[in-house]
Amino acid sequence: MNNKEYKGVFVFVEQVEGIIARVSFELIGKGRELAKELNTQVTAVLLGDQVEPLTKQLATFGADRVVMVNDSALAIYMNEPYVRAMQAVVESYQPEVVLYGATAIGRDLAPRVSARVHTGLTADCTKLEVQEETNHLVMTRPAFGGNIMAAILCPEHRPQMATVRPGVMKCCEAREGAECVVEDFSVEGLADGKNVEILEVLKKVSEKMDIMDAKVLVAGGRGMGCSENFTMLNELAEALGGTVAASRAAVDAGWQEKACQVGQTGKTVRPNLYIACGISGAIQHLAGMEESDLIIAINKDETAPIFEFADYGVVGDVCKIIPLLTHAIKLCRA
Amino acid sequence: MNIVVCVKQVPDTTEVRLNPETGTLIRDGVPSIINPDDKAGLEAALRLKDQYGARVIVVSMGPMQADDALREALAMGADEAFLVSDRAFGGADTWATSSTLASAIRKIGDLAGVDLIITGRQAIDGDTAQVGPQIAEHLGLANISYAEELKVEGNAVIVKRQFEDRYHMIKAAFPCLVTALSELNVPRYMTPGGIMDAYRNKKVTIFSRADLDVEEGNIGLKGSPTRVFKSFTKAVKGKGTVIRLDAAESADWLVERLQEKFII
Repeated sequence: MNNKEYKGVFVFVEQVEGIIARVSFELIGKGRELAKELNTQVTAVLLGDQVEPLTKQLATFGADRVVMVNDSALAIYMNEPYVRAMQAVVESYQPEVVLYGATAIGRDLAPRVSARVHTGLTADCTKLEVQEETNHLVMTRPAFGGNIMAAILCPEHRPQMATVRPGVMKCCEAREGAECVVEDFSVEGLADGKNVEILEVLKKVSEKMDIMDAKVLVAGGRGMGCSENFTMLNELAEALGGTVAASRAAVDAGWQEKACQVGQTGKTVRPNLYIACGISGAIQHLAGMEESDLIIAINKDETAPIFEFADYGVVGDVCKIIPLLTHAIKLCRA
Repeated sequence: MNIVVCVKQVPDTTEVRLNPETGTLIRDGVPSIINPDDKAGLEAALRLKDQYGARVIVVSMGPMQADDALREALAMGADEAFLVSDRAFGGADTWATSSTLASAIRKIGDLAGVDLIITGRQAIDGDTAQVGPQIAEHLGLANISYAEELKVEGNAVIVKRQFEDRYHMIKAAFPCLVTALSELNVPRYMTPGGIMDAYRNKKVTIFSRADLDVEEGNIGLKGSPTRVFKSFTKAVKGKGTVIRLDAAESADWLVERLQEKFII
């Protein structure tokens, strides 16, 4: 089939227990922009069990249409039923572009869907644009551990598929009361598994604010030295109305939980203020926070790469400076 | 039990730095290592060997120098290694890479029978996390990604599969594929005896283009649906202000900066 016959920007909507992941709204927002340039519409693909009530939100945040696959086999994410459902949707509707969030689900689902329909997939895109002359999707992503950027094309295969990390694109504004077409799409045989079963679902319990929502982040790295020293970071974060984050080194050392990890294999954040304490500033960490409005770094090593990127850098002992800083801030606010 | 572990030799990208003046990468002297997620997968296989006497076969697709990575795997305890190497395989994206590796695994499977395939979640140079699931797709097997824990029960594997805010305990019957997180374990060191064994007694077999039954349209640059249009280094942000004062002065200086920016 001719590439020109593929039309439409489709977005896989990730939902767990009836809650739509924010990245899906971000991608519908971006999808709208791309659809406008491609002279087409953005369609949200919603998979799950009894997920009809969710279609309204999708309309509110920009979907022109929802294709919904409602099936008990899709109640909890499992690779094979979800791949089969997406494959059926893609083969039936033949979209030009399909976007997925680069999440633990998206990065498991998208590779198999793209392989099953024999097309290209570009992971962790930070930029998506339409190339003027050709109307091809130009997908830009970090490569070589985040040290360089690569612009990727999928010129001969359709659909062009891409995953995008949460927090990279922006949701479009809520259009209260908006409605869109909802198409019910059924797929046969979704329950035919590949001898895989879920024995148990274990939830991680966390009472902390999601670091992606925080306007101020106080992040600790290997230079903090030990788990106990994170208490002073907590106090500083509180004084500034923010929350604590961590580099991969601190998480691997067991000083903070993975949900706090910023970086290439952690979360991408863009707070107003990011204070990096005892963090050397490896490229993989920067990839997760370089879009912060203001970056402050405190590290006793003056050659630490983070000083090349921080707006304000302080060479010194973080364990001495942080308590004094917290105290001074509290005085200002008193 | 026969386990195939896919490993990739990668430059240690955590050691790569940017030259702040030119904005280019300093690649000299960056060591080549076994990709960390893959090494954890290898360690998991070796533990199954310790426990059940499983046979561990390592496979890598790469240039001839990837032999070093395979020897390291053999020195850690793997039984046999295959290096998939040919100019024809070069320039491959994940579709072509996974097609090539799948055909190599199929060939190994014809010889030995494969129960479990373990790959790393993602490589630190490509970072796509696509090859593992795509190999499973080409082989028609189930894949369980993001394994934080892995054990075998009878003819099945039980995996603690990581998501952002929860885990699924998943049971999958053999044969299947699992992608490993580096959190899975702490890999063992090679032993001096292991190193000698790796070079003297164990085999690295090379699979070239002629050895593999894979379609021409699925390998190498020509077989890749995606291609790099251009690559560039990120714009260097430009250094800010760095000071070195005593602790109290540093704290005061920072407070002044925060006040200037209306944060406090």
